[in-house]
Amino acid sequence: MTQSQHEAIAAPSMVVERQRRAKQRRTLFYLALIAVGLVAPFLAYPVFLMKILCFALFACAFNLLLGYAGLLSFGHAAFLASGGYVTGYLLASYPGLTPELGIIAGTLSATLLGVLFGVLSIRRQGIYFAMVTLALAQLMFFVYIQAPFTGGEDGLHGVPRGELLGFINLSNNMAMYYFVFAIFLFGFALIQRTVNSPFGQVLKAIRENEPRAVSLGYNVDAYKLLAFVLSAAIAGLAGSTKTVVFQLASLTDAHWHMSGEVILMTLLGGVGTLLGPVMGASLVVSLQHLLAQSPLGNWVSVILGIIFVVCVLSFRSGIVGELAKMYRKNFK
Amino acid sequence: MKFNKKTLAYCVAAAAASSLVASAAQAQMSDDEIRIGYLADMSGTYRDLAGPGGLTAMEMAVEDFGGSVNGTPVEIFSADDRNSADVGANTVRQWIDSDNVDMVGGLVASSVSIAVSNLIEENDGLAIVSGSAASSITNEHCTPNHIHWVYDTYPLANGTAKAVVEQGGDSWFMLTADYAFGHALEADVTSVVEASGGEIVGGVRHPFPTNDFSSYILQAQGSGAKIVGLANAGSDTVNAITTASQFGLTQSGQQLAGLLIFLNDVHALGLEATQNLLLTTGWYWDMDEQSREWAERYFDEVGRMPTMVQAGIYSSTTHYLKAVEAAGTDDPETVRAQMAEMPIDDFFARNGRIREDGRMVHDMYLAQVKTPEESTGEWDLYEILSTIPAEEAYRPLSESQCKLVQN
Amino acid sequence: MMMIFGVPMAVLMGQLTLGLVNGAFYALLSLGLAVIFGLLKIVNFAHGAQYMLGAFAALLGFRYLGINYWLALILVPLVVGCFGMLMERFLLRRIAHLDHLYGLLLTFGLALIFEGTLVNIFGVSGARYSAPEALQGGMNLGFMFLPVYRGWVLVAALAMCFFTWFMIERTRLGAYLRAGTENSQLMQAFGVNVPLLITLTYGFGVGLAAFAGVLAAPLYPVSPTMGSSLLIVVFAVVVIGGMGSILGAIITGLSMGIIEGLTKVYYPEAANTVIFLVMILVLLLRPAGLFGKEA
Repeated sequence: MTQSQHEAIAAPSMVVERQRRAKQRRTLFYLALIAVGLVAPFLAYPVFLMKILCFALFACAFNLLLGYAGLLSFGHAAFLASGGYVTGYLLASYPGLTPELGIIAGTLSATLLGVLFGVLSIRRQGIYFAMVTLALAQLMFFVYIQAPFTGGEDGLHGVPRGELLGFINLSNNMAMYYFVFAIFLFGFALIQRTVNSPFGQVLKAIRENEPRAVSLGYNVDAYKLLAFVLSAAIAGLAGSTKTVVFQLASLTDAHWHMSGEVILMTLLGGVGTLLGPVMGASLVVSLQHLLAQSPLGNWVSVILGIIFVVCVLSFRSGIVGELAKMYRKNFK
Repeated sequence: MKFNKKTLAYCVAAAAASSLVASAAQAQMSDDEIRIGYLADMSGTYRDLAGPGGLTAMEMAVEDFGGSVNGTPVEIFSADDRNSADVGANTVRQWIDSDNVDMVGGLVASSVSIAVSNLIEENDGLAIVSGSAASSITNEHCTPNHIHWVYDTYPLANGTAKAVVEQGGDSWFMLTADYAFGHALEADVTSVVEASGGEIVGGVRHPFPTNDFSSYILQAQGSGAKIVGLANAGSDTVNAITTASQFGLTQSGQQLAGLLIFLNDVHALGLEATQNLLLTTGWYWDMDEQSREWAERYFDEVGRMPTMVQAGIYSSTTHYLKAVEAAGTDDPETVRAQMAEMPIDDFFARNGRIREDGRMVHDMYLAQVKTPEESTGEWDLYEILSTIPAEEAYRPLSESQCKLVQN
Repeated sequence: MMMIFGVPMAVLMGQLTLGLVNGAFYALLSLGLAVIFGLLKIVNFAHGAQYMLGAFAALLGFRYLGINYWLALILVPLVVGCFGMLMERFLLRRIAHLDHLYGLLLTFGLALIFEGTLVNIFGVSGARYSAPEALQGGMNLGFMFLPVYRGWVLVAALAMCFFTWFMIERTRLGAYLRAGTENSQLMQAFGVNVPLLITLTYGFGVGLAAFAGVLAAPLYPVSPTMGSSLLIVVFAVVVIGGMGSILGAIITGLSMGIIEGLTKVYYPEAANTVIFLVMILVLLLRPAGLFGKEA
């Protein structure tokens, strides 16, 4: 910050020019990624790609909280599941409902749950916060087992994909893919905007030094709560979309292992980087997919555990974080 | 708007492509290979019930058939569903979309089976459910595209409860797992007990899953009922039985009735805790010469005696291959019809046939767990008391809610 | 017979006794977590796995080495505790200078590895481990039939809790420990080997989990997943108690057992959930937990 300010005073035009170029490069990079996303379903199995996109969005939502507000939630599965269950229940019981309305309803329910969780947990920090969110999510897990509308152990099945806006038939995998891709882009852009907004700057300030943010007059709790609710809402959006894609919602999404998995995805890809969670989710989902059909299938959880340990011990910036470090070292 | 046009274009393209695939499937054997998928829990709770052993059983079936049908080789795909409907359905979707798998077998957790059968119906495939317990699979969740093989909760509850009441156990206390499955099982048992002249004197619905059953066992002891019925499954049943033996439930004159308990559970619990337990089973390895012979071959491969589910996987795979052979095609609809044509009588199933709701009915057996003194070996666990004829064992079609059954 | 809210007094007494036995397990496990957290600031997510390892070590020791229950009760916590010390020395120490959250994530990964490996070797059905002859059978307390073993669990667990409390709060070694966590540089300047002290403490906490595992082995089927379901409940107990205090962990553990026991009589469906409800209530009224200090 201070360095760039110095430079700004020294040679404003050069800095402006450099920033403009950097922005251009970034735009080009994102456009290239979008292009990859557009052609991907012709190269790989679309349902698999949709799974990656849903989990990537989930991981991005989680990362918004951990990477930019410094809050480790161990209960994010609850939001994924509640989005999924509400969307699934509505679409299965009201055949006239279009999928986008179902997804909006699911997202809203996760948002409300996020407000509730947030109010209860936001005053605690660090490890306490992790455990409180974990316990709250566990409470929701019991609710999902008991509540009649979730189908309990059997889960919700046969959720119709329906027709988007009433005329695009989503039972076609290609149509479904581009719908999911659009949702993912929307969620990602929302997070990107949030992180780079003044609100995002305050969040980072709180993460770095909370007492200082308080002394500067910021209402720290309100900022954290807002970040928490936003993260919950996007996680719910991911869960709702996932339910429409797979036409089912099950307890797997609500289990605390799911909360652990999303941490792994984020950690592996790079905490606090925008693309890290996308990368991490792609890797973890692909890995599970490959392992499930190989002789090593029984060792999925062991391998995930090893990745966890390796990441924490020697790879804490994650793949994208390490790449960014290398890039900065060599090209700047 | 541009986006929509593009999407529509893809729809058209993809639809054209899929109709091509469909017309190819009409040919005799799709892609000159018969592809069978084995989907089961390979690492979680149901690992010992089906798991890797079930895959071995399926491989044995293919091998014993000669590895090919009418010269067309048989290939097995296998995957771990990790007891998640999500993972299971996703795997099967890909098997159908990209690998052209003709039949999916295994299928253990009820949630996975229901999800997969929905998907299979949508894609006109074929599935054989061997491991699941829920009788709803061929009741409200029935489809023309799947068959339920080994057992379900109806004969288990029906067979055991009726036999217990006939033996004088006419007052029951129910320990029920508090979710849909437990409630259904409890309702089945209640109606059978009352119809046979017994009564339910009390019960408790415990959370699912529960680790410590001591409190519930104490309540059961206080109820004065002669029989404590266990309307739960898996680790809950195992924990309840262990705790009951610690609290001397059977010594004080009460008896347990396990409604959903398998060979691997009894083996894990040991005879000390399970002795004299009454249960209904679809098959037992030591029930006759035919069964023993197959079971011993299996034992040599795996090192454990097969459960009824693992034996059922062998039986159903063999029956499927026979039907493919007889029909001369692996087209799911034709094979499904052919399977129902042929009666099933092998080492596993006696008097077996496939009903229109997809239920494979066959003789079931009432068994009692041996005492440690009676048992002569590690796997000598059951004594078969009587046979429940196929037509009496399962839910009659007249009570069916299946959309395929005209009532 | 006297009735309390429609439940006979005798039944209630029985349930309270059983609740106390379960509470003793919660106390023992949350105590281990509290010791590790209080002194090392690590949330030991592997605690459930270490509890499970204790039970497995007892089972395998008996099966292959013929080690009996009483010996296992002493040996297993030592062996598993040493294993824990290796974990601390070679893994946890490398991240000790970082945010505490990394400790949580590392131990979570380790728990996945332990559980997954044992599932592959032993399956998940669970094996039985018999209680020793002397502790078999039951005693009639008048209001209930109590298996002797459960009575023994209560006594052993409480004795262990008292021992731990005494060690940390009342001995010189405990004083070093507490001082070492307050200001490790100063202690090192006084000639105390602080890193060794930390390794020993982690080993002790892990040993407590293994001790609970051996105690649990004859009660529940010994299976690789036995720890992971319990762990979440124990975490809730710790949140309710407030993480700082040793005494808080013990008292909260016991009382949560009793509350759970009462729920099993009056509203069994909620038995698994009641602890989490209590937790939310406590968080609303006292965010730092019953015995915790505001950070």
